[in-house]
Amino acid sequence: MSDSVIEIDNLWKKYCLGAFGTGTLRHDFNRWWHRVRGKPDPYTKVGQVQKSEVRSRSLEPTSDLCPLTSEVPLGDDEIWALRGVSIEVKQGEILGIIGRNGAGKSTLLKILSRVTAPTSGEVRVKGRIASLLEVGTGFHPELTGRENIFLNGAILGMTKAEIWSKLDEIVAFAEIEKFLDTPVKRYSSGMYVRLAFAVAAHLEPEILLVDEVLAVGDAAFQKKCLGKMSDVAKQGRTVLFVSHNMAVVRKLCNGAILLDQGRKVLSGDTGVVLQKYVENGARTELIYKIPAPKEENPPGWAKTLTVEDSTGKPTFAIPVGQPWQVRVRFDIARTTESFIIALGLRTTEDFVLRTSWSEARDLEAGAYEAVFREESIFLGSGHYPIVIGLSTHERPFHYVENAGVLDIAGFAEGINLVRVSNVGVLLNPLRTEIRKV
Amino acid sequence: MTDKVETLYKNLSFIGKSRRDSQEIPSPVATAEKWDLIIRPKTGWFDLHLSDLWRYRDLTLLFVWRDFVAQYKQTILGPLWHLIQPLFTTALFTLVFSRVAKLSTDSLPPVLFYMAGVSCWNYFAECLNRTSATFIQNAAIFGKVYFPRLSVPVSVVLSNIIKFAIQFALFLVFVGFYYSQGAAIRPNIYVLLTPVLLLIMAALGLGLGIIVSSLTTKYRDLQVLVTFGVQLLMFVTPVIYPVSMLSQQYRWLILANPMTALVETFRYSFLGAGTFDLWHLIYSAGVTLMILCIGVVLFNHVERTFMDTV
Repeated sequence: MSDSVIEIDNLWKKYCLGAFGTGTLRHDFNRWWHRVRGKPDPYTKVGQVQKSEVRSRSLEPTSDLCPLTSEVPLGDDEIWALRGVSIEVKQGEILGIIGRNGAGKSTLLKILSRVTAPTSGEVRVKGRIASLLEVGTGFHPELTGRENIFLNGAILGMTKAEIWSKLDEIVAFAEIEKFLDTPVKRYSSGMYVRLAFAVAAHLEPEILLVDEVLAVGDAAFQKKCLGKMSDVAKQGRTVLFVSHNMAVVRKLCNGAILLDQGRKVLSGDTGVVLQKYVENGARTELIYKIPAPKEENPPGWAKTLTVEDSTGKPTFAIPVGQPWQVRVRFDIARTTESFIIALGLRTTEDFVLRTSWSEARDLEAGAYEAVFREESIFLGSGHYPIVIGLSTHERPFHYVENAGVLDIAGFAEGINLVRVSNVGVLLNPLRTEIRKV
Repeated sequence: MTDKVETLYKNLSFIGKSRRDSQEIPSPVATAEKWDLIIRPKTGWFDLHLSDLWRYRDLTLLFVWRDFVAQYKQTILGPLWHLIQPLFTTALFTLVFSRVAKLSTDSLPPVLFYMAGVSCWNYFAECLNRTSATFIQNAAIFGKVYFPRLSVPVSVVLSNIIKFAIQFALFLVFVGFYYSQGAAIRPNIYVLLTPVLLLIMAALGLGLGIIVSSLTTKYRDLQVLVTFGVQLLMFVTPVIYPVSMLSQQYRWLILANPMTALVETFRYSFLGAGTFDLWHLIYSAGVTLMILCIGVVLFNHVERTFMDTV
């Protein structure tokens, strides 16, 4: 208790979808006019209780309407972004917050950074919080790099004197010495993000909230950012880190929390939580539809992708050690020479695991399918995003990352493995001999 | 007040009731001692945390500076535009309202008469127009970081003072010129009221602006209304005519406008003609104070959740 810096206590947050975007003065006036005459609300849907009537009385959407501790029935257009989340964060901890889109990760950070208020519950914080939610939002394109350092620093809560004392460090960290007096609208996106991160990283708050900032920037800079973040933690400060990049979470965080549909599913050791997250990622569609190529008038395009077992039946998950195949259906619009289709496998940590090419062939216009079969290599359980590439004369014309996912889960019959999780990507047994010497 | 806080706190703790069922409700003071910040669903209408605004004063000043610098990047004339605008307006008003429509100017040189009115009115109108878009225009940045939202409209009002100062200097040059030519103008001791007038105009523009901006988070209609509303408002303010010209029948209507006394006093103090009444000025100050208070309370209330409604 004594060393916890954030206590999140039974936090709920409700969002209304669309209801207020369309709320014009005319509607509210009309509602009021009907109420005055004792008539029902003209905008209430059939079957919906007179909820909007209550709502229209207050300027604020909903937060004062439902003091709640359990799930209250919601209107058609309302959703819970957070449902009773309680978290305690200790000083010096780097806590990873993971979960699929819509799990409530960003909402949580928004409440912590006071951008929006919770519907109920309480958050208690010790020390200054600074957030790195999509860095660089406070930049003014017409101002120079130097001017924006001051502006952005102040927006994040620094005083002018603090910024002055750190100016050199910030500039050096962002590697923009030469462009300090250039308006940031002429910056490349990499420079922009570097500068923004540099300002925020030198803020020295007791608690730092980070949301997916490391997606941009080159590898060297990403490494630098990660280094900076662990430095921050080593100085006894606390970091809350939201990311989809599992590798980074695993490397950086000493604890993690898994959110799903606004609830806390699991918290604790990073490895355990990540494993659970990966297992939860079950999908509902068997056939992946592949988005059309961006190129105009392409020679062809991939349409669908299915992951199948050895008999050709589409399946959600392949047991470890069982043969699998990936079937890609594609159209060729005109005669295409030296056509190659390639399939790549990645890990969820974005490590390029494997790439396989078909032999070059000349194809006439028509509908085709390609089947990639794997019979001998055992992949460990996990998600393996699939990359698809179509090319002619080694010029790619349709390239799709995340075209589908190969899910490996569970044991196949007759496979003699001791464990499946946390034992690596390749599980083919080595020829092992034990002899007495 | 303490009672109010106490009741408020009880209401709030009701929200987290199940958790505290078995516990004693801690007093707010005890909780505040241990934690630096407590985020709760709803603060009271009068929990304004204005001290935050002071803590972020550097930010407010940087916003002022940003407004001023960024506006003139890639322009040739830069801040000179502030001179051109009132000059042309004055010339146009002189031509249309004095020469063509032959409206009275309290026997003052028309150029000075209009320039005095235009300088004041421009300041007020700019403050109102620009603060009224606070929430909508800054939605992107308000959605990412917390800082006292009021620092944005306050910075707008402050940066407009710079513009006013430029126009005011121009006005003084003209006053000096006409005075040396022997025109019938009598600057008097009331010029010392100018900072007070400016303060009231700023507060009035800010107050109205943030009321509108709070309401536009829900009702976009108001944004349209403000743009031409301000234009129409100018005609019920003695900018192009003096109060003395009005018949008794309609005078009260114009005097009810809090801007009226401000413009008339400004003109009277520098040019020595017009209507000056201390009670009118006190009335303006009173109305302004009321509008500003309503504005701040409303703004503060909306700021908490506006991200969900915009």
